[in-house]
Amino acid sequence: MAYGAKAREWYAGELAGLRGQGLFKEERFIHAPQGAQIEVEFPAGTEPKQVINMCANNYLGLSSHPDVVAAAHRGLDSRGYGMSSVRFICGTQDIHRELEHKLTAFLGTEDTLLFPSCMDANAGVFEAILSDQDVMIADRLVHASIVDGMRLCKAIQDTFKHSDMGHLEEKLQEHKDKRFRMVITDGVFSMDGDIAKLDEIVRLAEKHDAMVFLDDSHASGFIGQTGRGTHEHCGVIGRIDVITTTLGKALGGASGGCVSGRRELVEMCRQRARPYLFSNTVAPVIVAGALAVIDLISATTARRDKLEQNTKYWRGLLTEAGFDIKPGESPIVPVMLYNAKLAQDVARDLFAEGIYVVGFFFPVVPKGQARIRTQLSAAHEKHHLDAAIGAFIKVGKKYDILGKGKNQIIEQYGL
Amino acid sequence: MDDLKKTIRDYVVKEYLEEGDDRQVKEDTPLITGGIVDSFSMVSLKRFLERRYAIQIPDAEATPGAFDTVNSIAALVGKFAKTAG
Repeated sequence: MAYGAKAREWYAGELAGLRGQGLFKEERFIHAPQGAQIEVEFPAGTEPKQVINMCANNYLGLSSHPDVVAAAHRGLDSRGYGMSSVRFICGTQDIHRELEHKLTAFLGTEDTLLFPSCMDANAGVFEAILSDQDVMIADRLVHASIVDGMRLCKAIQDTFKHSDMGHLEEKLQEHKDKRFRMVITDGVFSMDGDIAKLDEIVRLAEKHDAMVFLDDSHASGFIGQTGRGTHEHCGVIGRIDVITTTLGKALGGASGGCVSGRRELVEMCRQRARPYLFSNTVAPVIVAGALAVIDLISATTARRDKLEQNTKYWRGLLTEAGFDIKPGESPIVPVMLYNAKLAQDVARDLFAEGIYVVGFFFPVVPKGQARIRTQLSAAHEKHHLDAAIGAFIKVGKKYDILGKGKNQIIEQYGL
Repeated sequence: MDDLKKTIRDYVVKEYLEEGDDRQVKEDTPLITGGIVDSFSMVSLKRFLERRYAIQIPDAEATPGAFDTVNSIAALVGKFAKTAG
């Protein structure tokens, strides 16, 4: 059918509906490499504005690090721009396998397989390793890519209340008749910034003969003493059966992801995971950059240590100023505003003050849980955070929310 | 509230409300559009109903709309329980 007036009108109506509900997403054009301070053109067509970036997943500040950029240049010169192939035809270079070996060593697993993204890894992994005789039991707040991956898999789906170990154990008992049970969790939850109780999950999984799946995208490179991730933080290295993670956040921030874990499970993905089989290999330039990232963070913990200090400092500043924040240790620090319009208004005013943050509200977070998610980076210096808190206090005063908790903010602004 | 609706309501409260969540679940409380149950975790409710009432609810009928209130869920169960009977 041609794309006629009827179709055009229908889609235009859908888009208008999104605008009406305040759900329409607009891109902001950045006129600089990724970093702590960037130039942003927003709204489109206006002069770019210098802002402090507090919404990137650039946790280790490696997205534009000179060593990573130089390594990527060398990779481009020595291995070319593209491979014009999937991995298993003629798309695997020596450096792809080298990166997989390095990730295996870094994550403390048995083997690793690269994917074009962690979204692809999560979309493909479950279908490749589980069948209708099995069950997947996921934390209710896992990332959307896991939800999609589970929907593509024939295994039975179930969920447990967020980080509720009693509920997880009930589910493990309920499904004891299944061939394989797999407990599925994020390491650091992207909206709340809290860390999974991975030690307890592993203990329960071992007690009930279940496998453990961990998406450590918001942890790899900086959570744990040497930045290995949530499994290091919780003392369970070597006891996680599948780890998926991304190269698109702390580990250089370009793109690419992986499935890492038990040798046979990784090999099953190499044989069966459709996003691996049917999409192009990760570009050589990204592989070369990621190799440099792993070398950098294996040699020193300086960057993850600085991130940890920045996180403590920023959490302290927000608390002292009287903001209601989600407690925790991760560099994801949600400032709770509860009301969706308030979250959008505060984010807009902060941008005007030179602070780039984004408001999140239902359906991205539960109803009545609207917030501004701030994210720290090792690229932030103290002066960035001092300037940011100045702007937060100014805007906080304007909306009269400083020193107020959940009930008071809801009383003032509604839900 | 009859037995069927009470069973559904009790399951929803136990399965979906977090500890400390004091929201009241009534017969017409919107569960999915109200943010109490999301479509991802809805599957356990469907499985519970099928086991408890020995019925099969086809996926095409297990829509977020049909699962949005205790009343609509009870109607769905009634429909398939009748078919089964």
